[in-house]
Amino acid sequence: MELVGGAVSLGTGMSSQLPIGGGAGGPDRAKAESRAWLDALRSKGSAREEAVVRLHALLLRAARFEVARRRAALARVRGEELDDIAVQAADDALVAVLAKLDDYRGASRFTTWAYKFALLEAGVRLRRRAWQEREVVLEPEAWPLMGDPGRTIESQVELGGLMSALERSINDCLTEHQREVLVALTLNGVPLDVLAERLSTSRGALYKTLHDARRKLRADLARRGFSLDDLVEH
Amino acid sequence: MDTHMSHDTVKRMLGPAEPELLCEECFERLDEYVELEVKGEQADELIPGMRAHLEGCPACREDHDSLRELVRRERAQT
Repeated sequence: MELVGGAVSLGTGMSSQLPIGGGAGGPDRAKAESRAWLDALRSKGSAREEAVVRLHALLLRAARFEVARRRAALARVRGEELDDIAVQAADDALVAVLAKLDDYRGASRFTTWAYKFALLEAGVRLRRRAWQEREVVLEPEAWPLMGDPGRTIESQVELGGLMSALERSINDCLTEHQREVLVALTLNGVPLDVLAERLSTSRGALYKTLHDARRKLRADLARRGFSLDDLVEH
Repeated sequence: MDTHMSHDTVKRMLGPAEPELLCEECFERLDEYVELEVKGEQADELIPGMRAHLEGCPACREDHDSLRELVRRERAQT
């Protein structure tokens, strides 16, 4: 593989150039680069193999970027283990990208589209690693106490009234599963991906549960005369 | 757990009021949304429901923030 002006020549028979990152240039150049990636990954033989190697390097770079962003939250985890996580994330992202090539619609640069798979894989792994030794609490440890030092007495009383109503709505309107998910995610701070793994479900399914629970709570509070618009304004 | 009932806690419990995408739809269009943002275009108007979802879903928000940062850095370097 040979570097040519910041891109890589794929060898004989393939003149596609695959920039490591989403390089500069106008929309036409971006489209041409994305097309080059697709052509190379859909080709045969050594050209495809080289493109796959190049793609893996790109995904690994994104996964390591994610590890670096979360390094502070994982201070007790050895660097070697974190790099293993990045490599695993890049491996799985590579499989996902190759399996979904036909889903790429060209709405963004190919590299941006591919990056999201690596960031997702790395992020999920890192969140789960950070919670590996922690217990996931599904019930409220204690209902939050009213009080927010930055607020006026009147608004604290108002908030306290809303909290009481909210607690009642949670008990009256939600299923046990919705209650557990709401409490774990919004009160106990359990990351979505961690809870999804513990409950053997997906991020999407779990968020849908949270979404439905929130909608029920908003409707019930509105029915009882609480103006939630005020909440947004504060 | 936060032992104070705060405004933020209530907002977290009730989530966004506006219609929102769900996680699969968010992931599907995240790359497009981020590029619109980086280019300074009207991402929220062109992809309705994305902003509300990012406010309501911490996991997708983290993925979004990482992708935007990665793309911004890359564009800055080239």
